[in-house]
Amino acid sequence: MRYLPKSPADRAQMLREIGCKSIDDLFAPIPAEYRLTRDLKVPRQMAESEIIDYFHARADNAAAGYALFLGAGAYHHYRPVVIDAMVSRGEFLTSYTPYQAEIAQGTLQAIFEFQTMICELTGMEVANASMYDGSTGAAEAMLMAVRITGRKAAVVARSVHPEYREVMHTYTQHQGLPITECDYLENGRVDMADLQKKITSDTACVLIQSPNFFGTIEDVAAVADLVHKKGALLVVSIAEALSLGIVKPPVEADIVSMETQSFGVPLGYGGPYAGVMATKEKFVRQIPGRLVGETKDKDGKRGFVLTLSTREQHIRREKATSNICTNQALIATMATIYLTIYGREGLKELAAQNLAKATYARNEFAKKGKVLFDGSPRFNEFVVQTKDDPHAINKRLLEKKMIGGFPLSWHYPELGNASLWCCTELNSKEQIDAAVQAVGQ
Amino acid sequence: MSNKDIKKATHHVNQNEGLIFERSSPGKKGYRLAPLDVPEVDYAKALGSSARADLGNMPEVSEMEIIRHFTRLSTWNYAIDLGMYPLGSCTMKYNARVNEYVARFPGLANAHPYQPAEVSQGAMRVMKTLSDCLLDITGMDAITLQPAAGAHGEMTGILLMHAYLQSRGNPRKKILIPDSAHGTNPATAAICGYAVENLKSNSRGMVDVSALAAQMNEDVAGLMLTNPNTLGIFEQEIHKIAEILHQKGGLLYMDGANMNALVGKTRPGDFGVDVMHLNLHKTFSTPHGGGGPGSGPVACKKILEPFLPKPVIVEKADGTLAFDYDRPKSVGRVRMFYGNFGMHVRALAYTLANGPDGLRQTTEDAVLNANYIRKKLEGDYTLPYQSPSMHEVVFSDSIQEQKGVKTGDIAKRLIDYGFHPYTVSFPLVVHGAIMIEPTESESLEELDLLVDAMKSIAREAEEDPEFVRNAPHTTRVKRLDETAAARKPILRWKPASAKSAGD
Repeated sequence: MRYLPKSPADRAQMLREIGCKSIDDLFAPIPAEYRLTRDLKVPRQMAESEIIDYFHARADNAAAGYALFLGAGAYHHYRPVVIDAMVSRGEFLTSYTPYQAEIAQGTLQAIFEFQTMICELTGMEVANASMYDGSTGAAEAMLMAVRITGRKAAVVARSVHPEYREVMHTYTQHQGLPITECDYLENGRVDMADLQKKITSDTACVLIQSPNFFGTIEDVAAVADLVHKKGALLVVSIAEALSLGIVKPPVEADIVSMETQSFGVPLGYGGPYAGVMATKEKFVRQIPGRLVGETKDKDGKRGFVLTLSTREQHIRREKATSNICTNQALIATMATIYLTIYGREGLKELAAQNLAKATYARNEFAKKGKVLFDGSPRFNEFVVQTKDDPHAINKRLLEKKMIGGFPLSWHYPELGNASLWCCTELNSKEQIDAAVQAVGQ
Repeated sequence: MSNKDIKKATHHVNQNEGLIFERSSPGKKGYRLAPLDVPEVDYAKALGSSARADLGNMPEVSEMEIIRHFTRLSTWNYAIDLGMYPLGSCTMKYNARVNEYVARFPGLANAHPYQPAEVSQGAMRVMKTLSDCLLDITGMDAITLQPAAGAHGEMTGILLMHAYLQSRGNPRKKILIPDSAHGTNPATAAICGYAVENLKSNSRGMVDVSALAAQMNEDVAGLMLTNPNTLGIFEQEIHKIAEILHQKGGLLYMDGANMNALVGKTRPGDFGVDVMHLNLHKTFSTPHGGGGPGSGPVACKKILEPFLPKPVIVEKADGTLAFDYDRPKSVGRVRMFYGNFGMHVRALAYTLANGPDGLRQTTEDAVLNANYIRKKLEGDYTLPYQSPSMHEVVFSDSIQEQKGVKTGDIAKRLIDYGFHPYTVSFPLVVHGAIMIEPTESESLEELDLLVDAMKSIAREAEEDPEFVRNAPHTTRVKRLDETAAARKPILRWKPASAKSAGD
């Protein structure tokens, strides 16, 4: 086996020195009746060239090169080649969680930069080192709000990503934490009157998404006002992080939970991505996950360490703020590099391009069908209602190497034949025109 | 003392580098966008009061500076690619480059999770084939790849137990957890609504079976057990443990963190485990990446299958694959989409590179390496438990502590010798624990270098304890003030003109 750096003679010598006749002696602690005496049923050992052929065969019957109009929580953006060049360095790729700070300053400083950038982007005061993804981060934000307020209920907008809501339900099902849902208006935004009714004195937090699942940008300030008047916290979940290039950050929120996939992370059939949680400084001791802090060594030199670990499971065990241990550090590093490449001006220009593409597409679709949720601002997604079933339309598009919008009927039956379309900087005018024409046929 | 005994490493120059924000100045660019082919939109007008004013202190730097910045940072990290990383419980094995290569094939890396099944068969087939491999490796009946990491898998597994027991009328109140367990275990039980009851280990470092029998009753949902446990010791009475739990209607959860000791040699499903998680970023060689991403598949027996997170992959009559969402008994989703798919690709590539013979040899070498280190260091360091070691060995600092040198000091000194430290002060059942897991990836030469280094440090602790206590001596930063970091946390950079955090 080519990964194993020992010759048969090495093994024989080591067994001799240990005082064993054969390797079986070392497995004697396993009761004989449970020892496996056959080969595992896994494919036979392959050469590197065979492994590459195998995965080419898996990758080739896929949609590489198709025009993609899907968003819905996973966004297709250009990834500068610098990102993979940097995260492929073994020093980032093959290092462990930076518990030994003296020989992990590279990872620690990169995460400190990540935390800083997330604060700048979201308008929050502190950010953690990452969560698994946006959905689990949103669930953890809810649990954090419960710890802060001591209240035991939550209200979630129906315009939050349906899969995020499912994850929140899974996380809270044994916490005695009832979740009620709040409706949306015809302009796509949270129904404030319904929200007003749903918040009670037990409500720990209200969780909204902005831009929400329909692509509509919420009036965060107005929602925050209402939520805070009732003594609850506002959690804002962001699935399309690139929106922050031109959309006002949700500074009125108490906790922001964001998916950073848009920042240079491959779509990768749904993962790995990286979530991140950001909040006000006063809540820092209730935040889950790792935090990197600045300090000095004994010569006074600046350095970085994992800090406030008394919140975490390896110290607090069952009283920890979360059970999270391994997070998504390398993905956070990808995001950091991406944000460094585009930076202060590029994120704005790029976000503006996304807005321009989606606006053009939306206007073209409006000529052929009905675009829902007018009357409020949006970023790079919009909802189109058609005569035909979107599934049938998508089949037609697929034959033309186009992947159409996400059909909404399953999660939002009240919207009928509606689907959620996304246009990014990677969708050309030509692609958009072709899609509009195919849908209108 | 001096550093003349250090064979593995030599001091070399490395570059200083500030924070990226300190390099930034207005007008520098590291990007260029393609020209817009649709009409421009004035975003301030389009978004109105939702428009952003500016992006504050986000950096502005050129591409050359970006490359230098992150390359310089990278050189300050220790990594498996530089040498042995003997962190006990973490299984820091070689991360093959072919895994990275195939995971970046556009058909896999650019696949959208909601793209139609017609163009996702390859991705689903990767998940299905990996699932089949993991099922035979664990001896289980059903599996989900959805959990994103080990602790996430633990949560999924305990939710399955809860749902199963609930379906039989009573989810019960408590989970038993041995005193040697990972901190994630009790934290997980708490999230799933269970109280944690501590289970003591016996003088051999194993579960005290009579104590278990006494503690087991109809209030106990199950036991979370790591096997081999965190002392690197195989629970030899595992079948009795399972029997005691099952007789009272409880379930056995296995934390698969130490599966690297078992693959191809024995199967948890055969020795009575009902549900377990695997750490693909440990046993199956997906890279740790400085703390993730991981992947924590959960495998279980048939009785728990109806409760698995949705969706599950099913093979249809025509041989195509699909996601089945119609799972009325499911505990729900634990994550959006289907899990850390990129890690599934890498873990399958690892499995294919090994085959059945390679996987078995891997396990044998991992156990051989740990026992070699045990044999060579016994005497220089105290071995608190005499029970045989599997893939890792736990010593204590009790000899060195007499001179005031603790496990953390020895670990820091090991850095000067060119190694990453072992796991310090864990498991908690050993005072001053020195937990070494070499993995199969180390040659005899590298093992001998570690043995030499540990022996040399033991001598230094005897002759010049102060020198060891002040280690490391060769790193770019000395020991960092963690107390100050926690007392007045500085968690982000701010420009000099702004007030600093906490003011």
